[in-house]
Amino acid sequence: MADQAEVVFVDGVRTPFGKAGDKGMYWNTRADDLVVKAIVGLLERNPNIPKDRIDDVAIAATTQTGDQGLTLGRTAAILAGLPKTVPGFSIDRMCAGAMTAAAMMSGSIGFGMYDLAIAGGVEHMGHHPMGSGVDPNPRFLSERLVGEDALVMGATAERIHDRFPQLTKERSDRFALASQQKTAAAYAAGKIQQDLVPVAIRTESGWGLATRDEVMRPETTLEGLAALKTPFRPHGRITAGNASGLNDGATAAILASGAAAKEFGLSPKMKLVSYAFAGVDPEIMGIGPIPATEKALRKAGLSIEDIGIFEMNEAFAVQVLSFMDHYGIADDDPRVNPWGGAIAVGHPLASSGVRLMNQLASQFTERPDVRYGITSMCVGLGQGGTMVWENPNYDKKAKKA
Amino acid sequence: MTDYTKIDFDSLAALSDDEVVTHSFVRDVPISGGKTLALVTLDNGRDHTRPNTLGPVSLLEYAKTLDELKARAAAGEIHAVAITGKPFILAAGADLSKVAEIPDRDTARKMGQLGHFALGKASELGVPSFVFINGLALGGGLEIALNADYRTVDASVPAVALPEVFLGLIPGWGGAYLLPNLIGIENALKVVIENPLKQNRTMKADDVMELGIADAKFDSVAFLEDSIKWADGVVSGRIKVKRPNEPGKVERLVKWDAAIAIATKMLKSRIGSVPKSPYAALELMKAAKSGTKAEGFEREDEVLSELIVGDQLQASIYAFNLVQKRAKRPAGAPDKAIAKKVTKVGVLGAGYMASQLALLFVRRLRVPVVITDIDQARVDKGVAYIGEEIDKLLEKGRISPDEANRLKALVTGTTEKADFADCDWVIEAVFEELEIKQNVFAEVEQFISPEAVLATNTSSLSVEQIGAKLAHPERLVGFHFFTPVAVMPLIEVVKTPHTDEATLSTAMVTAKNLRKNAVITADTPGFVVNRLLAVLLGEAMRAVDEGTSFQTVDEAIAPLGLPMAPSVLLDLVGLKVGAHVLDTHHAAFPDRFYRSENLHKLADYGKLLDKDDKGKVKGFDKGALKIVAGGKNPRTADEILVALQDGLAREVRLMLDGDVVAAAEDIDLCMVLGAGFPFQMGGLTPYLDRVGASERVFGDTFHHPTVTGVGA
Repeated sequence: MADQAEVVFVDGVRTPFGKAGDKGMYWNTRADDLVVKAIVGLLERNPNIPKDRIDDVAIAATTQTGDQGLTLGRTAAILAGLPKTVPGFSIDRMCAGAMTAAAMMSGSIGFGMYDLAIAGGVEHMGHHPMGSGVDPNPRFLSERLVGEDALVMGATAERIHDRFPQLTKERSDRFALASQQKTAAAYAAGKIQQDLVPVAIRTESGWGLATRDEVMRPETTLEGLAALKTPFRPHGRITAGNASGLNDGATAAILASGAAAKEFGLSPKMKLVSYAFAGVDPEIMGIGPIPATEKALRKAGLSIEDIGIFEMNEAFAVQVLSFMDHYGIADDDPRVNPWGGAIAVGHPLASSGVRLMNQLASQFTERPDVRYGITSMCVGLGQGGTMVWENPNYDKKAKKA
Repeated sequence: MTDYTKIDFDSLAALSDDEVVTHSFVRDVPISGGKTLALVTLDNGRDHTRPNTLGPVSLLEYAKTLDELKARAAAGEIHAVAITGKPFILAAGADLSKVAEIPDRDTARKMGQLGHFALGKASELGVPSFVFINGLALGGGLEIALNADYRTVDASVPAVALPEVFLGLIPGWGGAYLLPNLIGIENALKVVIENPLKQNRTMKADDVMELGIADAKFDSVAFLEDSIKWADGVVSGRIKVKRPNEPGKVERLVKWDAAIAIATKMLKSRIGSVPKSPYAALELMKAAKSGTKAEGFEREDEVLSELIVGDQLQASIYAFNLVQKRAKRPAGAPDKAIAKKVTKVGVLGAGYMASQLALLFVRRLRVPVVITDIDQARVDKGVAYIGEEIDKLLEKGRISPDEANRLKALVTGTTEKADFADCDWVIEAVFEELEIKQNVFAEVEQFISPEAVLATNTSSLSVEQIGAKLAHPERLVGFHFFTPVAVMPLIEVVKTPHTDEATLSTAMVTAKNLRKNAVITADTPGFVVNRLLAVLLGEAMRAVDEGTSFQTVDEAIAPLGLPMAPSVLLDLVGLKVGAHVLDTHHAAFPDRFYRSENLHKLADYGKLLDKDDKGKVKGFDKGALKIVAGGKNPRTADEILVALQDGLAREVRLMLDGDVVAAAEDIDLCMVLGAGFPFQMGGLTPYLDRVGASERVFGDTFHHPTVTGVGA
């Protein structure tokens, strides 16, 4: 029988996120190449990791066809130059794809089956627009298994506003504005760039190099946000400004058992405490992080007060606010998304989970006063996922000071 | 020195209204320390099947782009310039179609000058310049890189080369001067002379690194990203570039001239002194030892212009196009769609030739191959031989163990012709005697389906007569290989009056699947290659029999620049075979083909050349010379050469009039691929036109206009 092992997050990187569509910087770049470059960049900056000791490569994508098909984890491993002895697979939980990859790899490590594993995700929403090629079972509607809004994410977000009238459009816009500003500040301080892998991009005017997220709007104002259209409902509340956009990008992280980290001289950035996924009504999927977090905290034996940093995926501002309201956290609480979030940098669906981990890990490094943090996100068709992490740099004295 | 800025290049641009322009795009890339690298992409907007080439318009745009970057560098806006290509391609060099159209020497000189003007700017930007060799880099494409300060190379680059000498040119956009000064004279000789003459061998990334052409190599998965990072390191001083192969004082004083002398000697012994460009390249590289870059460039301009207006370049481009284009779309080939599927191959015979054929078919087609012979011992020997050859391929790492198992399992032997029943392609390689071939086909026909194709590898018999005893002669085709079968790229596909289209199509497709080039010929004696070689050997033997020395005959024919002298050719094919070839052609065309009794005597004697233990020719065998002595009317070398030229011109004219092949181009293609006739001759007919043989013999030329240079 296997012994239970400690699971650590060694390191994670991502590509800069691009704007989906033919005007975006990755229009001429393949989805699989994005995740391959992330993996290559990850291994390059962790040269101590013996490539042949990697036990598995789990890569997430929501739409697993074309340049995101063909069992991405395996193809990406080969394309990234990993030894052919290293296996790989594809995984999908829509927006929480990479988070699920990380969780499942962690489970395998925790159970003692794996020593080292790569988890990541990619979504090229330019090549694979949301919902392309889907064929929902007619029973969903005929038997009213889900509401009509369930497959339109913006519509599910409008429903959060319906359910919690105190979550006004203005609060959403204000949160969105702060996300842009916090991201701009983090960029100015060089905090985001440290985990970016530059990507050569082919354009009509020759080769270029993607080194920054493409969709940031640091010039955003409240007035500007207020004037945006509400495409999901006439006089609705969800706009392009208080939601994440349509993006291309990829992420990759390396997870290890505590023993393997020691063996190869790696310095873990985070220790995994617990994880949980939970389901909610599909037509109001954005509240998914609430039950997922409750479950994860329960498994960890922690309470919300123990959490020092929240890396919440900002699919929609209102959906993060619903979580914060639930726990009585103020809209501008500095513990939540200190470097901004998906509203500013983008949300290439299945890749985003590892981006949250990258940023939490980087903040752990500079915040020895924080012991625990969470990464959490909502998922289409009514789900949420949360992972609770412990800071290996935690220092009681720092906390008192 | 030439002031390139004062030259008006407009006359060149006028040549180029249909040029596929390779554009120079620029994008700024941030590097460390707040600096900027300007990344130039060369891209002609086509996919990788139409590589970037460098015509006048492309070069002028490149020059203008680098001028703008120089200005930006001076203004402090950029801190480095890097140049790379579109996916898989940096650039495939000068646009050859444009070079072939140059009307006069002045324009030719300007073509060289424009290259120097444009490419040379990469070393005068005021900031470090880099070329990221991301893909194919040939000729001028590689010279773009050589003109820059630093180079990186993609680990999976398909080919890097300076193939100019192969085409009758020299690396004249800086290559002849810059390369030896970058990587040393011996390495440069390998790239500029040795590789092009070894069937135009190209380099991979490891060679490029080992020779010192590039400073860093990166895997293709993140080649551009890594190259930019490396360039950043060089610009910021974090990376110091070392070039151990860069020639020092000692090399210049001691090694340089000696290396050139050795190379010159080797070249003379290998290719004779007819081809001009290799020797011109040697001279340029010799001079590159000292003096300035500007002087080197000026020398290149002169030499290049001389070669461009000469006959050899035109002939070389003509031959190159034959091999690259015409060989891929054979004249007279029927629709591929009507070709029959070849799923099992039968080889009649198990001797040396038959085994060679079986090996080739099984390797390339990967279908069952069954061989047969008159007794089990011969069959077993043949199968064992094929197995050993497959093992050799395995040992050399050319095939995997699984592939070796697969191939061996596909080869079987039998003495029962009934085992050929399910073959859909049966080729014979039995003794070269009509009745034997007729019978062996007639016998096997009883067992095979009426649609199965029958092919004969005869070199001298009538294919139609070989099929005389067949119930279905329409499925018989000649399929004439050249030895060594594994190496020689040509198959003469012989069509008889009965051969049907489906059979011909199957033969053409099969040749292609064997990775050979096929030329369709009529069923006439000697087909193409042997018929013309019979003229050559016949004229040589006629002169010998008349009393001319073998040595004089060899010298007489040397101006053609053939890969070997007649005496060496006779030695190679064997004196018996040589005598037989002359006999058969004499029998077919007694008034035109010479038959030599002396050659039969030599064949009986068994030896013509005197060789040392290593097989190197020392001279003629004394006994052999005694046998051929006694002729009373020796001729001069000039007389022999003219007689040969005229003989060849007459025979080619007759072949074309008799529709042996579709066009003169096919004769040349056969001679280049099947007999190794050199590019600088254009195969054969451009040479016959330019030396006046065509005019002398039939009062016209084979080509209109002739394939000749525009002269000075």
